[in-house]
Amino acid sequence: MGFLDIDNTTKSYGAVEVLHKVDISVEEGEFLVLVGPSGCGKSTLLNMIAGLEDITSGEIRIKDQVMNGVHPSKRNIAMVFQSYALYPNMTVGQNITFGLEMHGVPKPEREKAMHEVASLLQIEQLLDRKPGALSGGQRQRVAMGRALVRNPDVFLFDEPLSNLDAKLRVDMRTEIKKLHQKLGTTIVYVTHDQIEAMTLSTRIAVMYGGYVQQLGTPQEIYDTPANIFVATFMGSPAMNVVPATVAVENGVPMAVVELHDGSRARLPFSQQNLAAWEGREIMLGIRPETITDEDAADRKSTNIAQMVNRIVVTEPAGSDTFVTMTLGGKDVIARMRSDADVRPGADFTFAVNMEKAVAFDPATEMRILP
Amino acid sequence: MMSVSTQDTAIRTGRVTRALIYLVLLLFGLFYLLPLYVMVVNSVKPLDEITGGGMMNLPRVFTLEPWAKAWSSAQIGVDPTGLQPYFWNSIKMVVPAVAISTVLGALNGYVLTKWRFRGDTILFGLMLFACFIPFQIVLIPMARMLGLMGLAGTTWGLVLVHVVYGIGFTTLYFRNYYAVFPTELIRAAQIDGAGFFQIFWRILLPSSGPIAVVSIIWQFTNIWNDFLFGASFAGADSQPMTVALNNLVQSSTGVKEYNVHFAGAILAALPTLLVYIVAGRYFVRGLMAGSVKG
Repeated sequence: MGFLDIDNTTKSYGAVEVLHKVDISVEEGEFLVLVGPSGCGKSTLLNMIAGLEDITSGEIRIKDQVMNGVHPSKRNIAMVFQSYALYPNMTVGQNITFGLEMHGVPKPEREKAMHEVASLLQIEQLLDRKPGALSGGQRQRVAMGRALVRNPDVFLFDEPLSNLDAKLRVDMRTEIKKLHQKLGTTIVYVTHDQIEAMTLSTRIAVMYGGYVQQLGTPQEIYDTPANIFVATFMGSPAMNVVPATVAVENGVPMAVVELHDGSRARLPFSQQNLAAWEGREIMLGIRPETITDEDAADRKSTNIAQMVNRIVVTEPAGSDTFVTMTLGGKDVIARMRSDADVRPGADFTFAVNMEKAVAFDPATEMRILP
Repeated sequence: MMSVSTQDTAIRTGRVTRALIYLVLLLFGLFYLLPLYVMVVNSVKPLDEITGGGMMNLPRVFTLEPWAKAWSSAQIGVDPTGLQPYFWNSIKMVVPAVAISTVLGALNGYVLTKWRFRGDTILFGLMLFACFIPFQIVLIPMARMLGLMGLAGTTWGLVLVHVVYGIGFTTLYFRNYYAVFPTELIRAAQIDGAGFFQIFWRILLPSSGPIAVVSIIWQFTNIWNDFLFGASFAGADSQPMTVALNNLVQSSTGVKEYNVHFAGAILAALPTLLVYIVAGRYFVRGLMAGSVKG
């Protein structure tokens, strides 16, 4: 039993099931991020936890209390919305205390709670202003203050950073993480931004098409994605997934991939258990940062494979240079040091850290290695 | 490119065209104000100046006597009461009718946009229908209904008629306004623990200023100016201003006191003018807010 249990929960609109048997158990103090492309059902799931959407079947429990059919205000949750949803006719102070007022908390206590939260979020000087007179970042803080003041069991965040500009988004991201570390609250956070998911969460649920594709720590999700969707959705630039054939030489399984000129490179796997796939096609997954020049290859790795391939495009990005090549008939991106000596059209010796390589079944798209 | 070429044209064709446009607009404006001029000028003349011809002339002798007479001592029907009691009749009818129909329209708009239910669009369509039904059609059934309810000939009967007739319009206004009101605010308030009416009073209504002004102006003007329902359903002691004005002007005995008639007509029009002057600038703003924002 966790702190927040989502137990075989489904959601249907009429005959259409949009959320299929979601099963997640969140421990107290965890930061769970629901991530996925739009339409994957992540916001629907969040709204079901909040009580803004009915649960078609299954159960949602908070502290072992079944929440099905319980009014949102009686679940002891607080929600931060994408648009912040600050009441435009009330001052910041009134916005923060509205929930307490509705729950019949006496005024002196409301004031006290308001000032505590305001000082925590450093918005004391804004308490008498209307939301219309605040900047995006300030509104964001007020919205979080409104959630914090209730001292809820579970915080729900619905894409809270999507309306901020890029720089502020990074700042507020850090802010939210600090707040979580400081207060140790249980948070469920919805986003479509995989970087937010990676940086903030203690666990991630990657959702797609109404299914939870994978539930795990950020590292698990990144290193051992359950399937091709998770592999390509998490990480930027996305993981390269190219067709390859398995060959076994001296007991070592290898991925045989086609280079730009039709010749083949042989990249040995670190794992041995691919014998069953000998001679068959797989999808080989390689993260861009595991393809480098020889000098920058990971020294701790025991399995660096080399291949000579032609550079198609280089994209210097300051800290890194992204190099595009053709591998297995697809564009593959490598993430190189910015001072790597790469020129478009030239042949280059790439070092591939095969320790980090992932293999997928092309038919089911599920991971077979590691 | 666009702005450059427009500026260019504006400079070359500027002066003459602009003068011409202003001249034409000025003439239209004057023509439009002519009836008001005639009414005001003749309401402050002694009667013999009017009957002697020269309707357009400024008064030679200025007098407020016709105004005083129209207000408090002119013959309306049988009694020489002036328009005064009927003015209050109208107020007693208009204020509750406007208030009730506006609040109900706001509630309807709230439910139709934020508490959606099966068939709500059809219901809204049916309510819109009310905006297109001509008054005359409902006269007989309405008279029967008022009789059955024991409201025939009373001010409250008139209030009911106007509320029922106005609800279609007010619902339309508020529904369209609330349709673009962010639903996340309602959800936030629900999580905060606010109930149906608390959300309405505390969150929605305080943000409804512009559209409330539209609804109030529209309802006030329509109900104040209504003659048909007033003439059909009012009793002797609940007749509104419009009916009284008609009785004043149409009386067939004695001398036709045109100056008193003019003064009475202006008195009857004053409240609506006042509402427009006070709230008029919100009117356009509200109309725009309801329509453009979506």
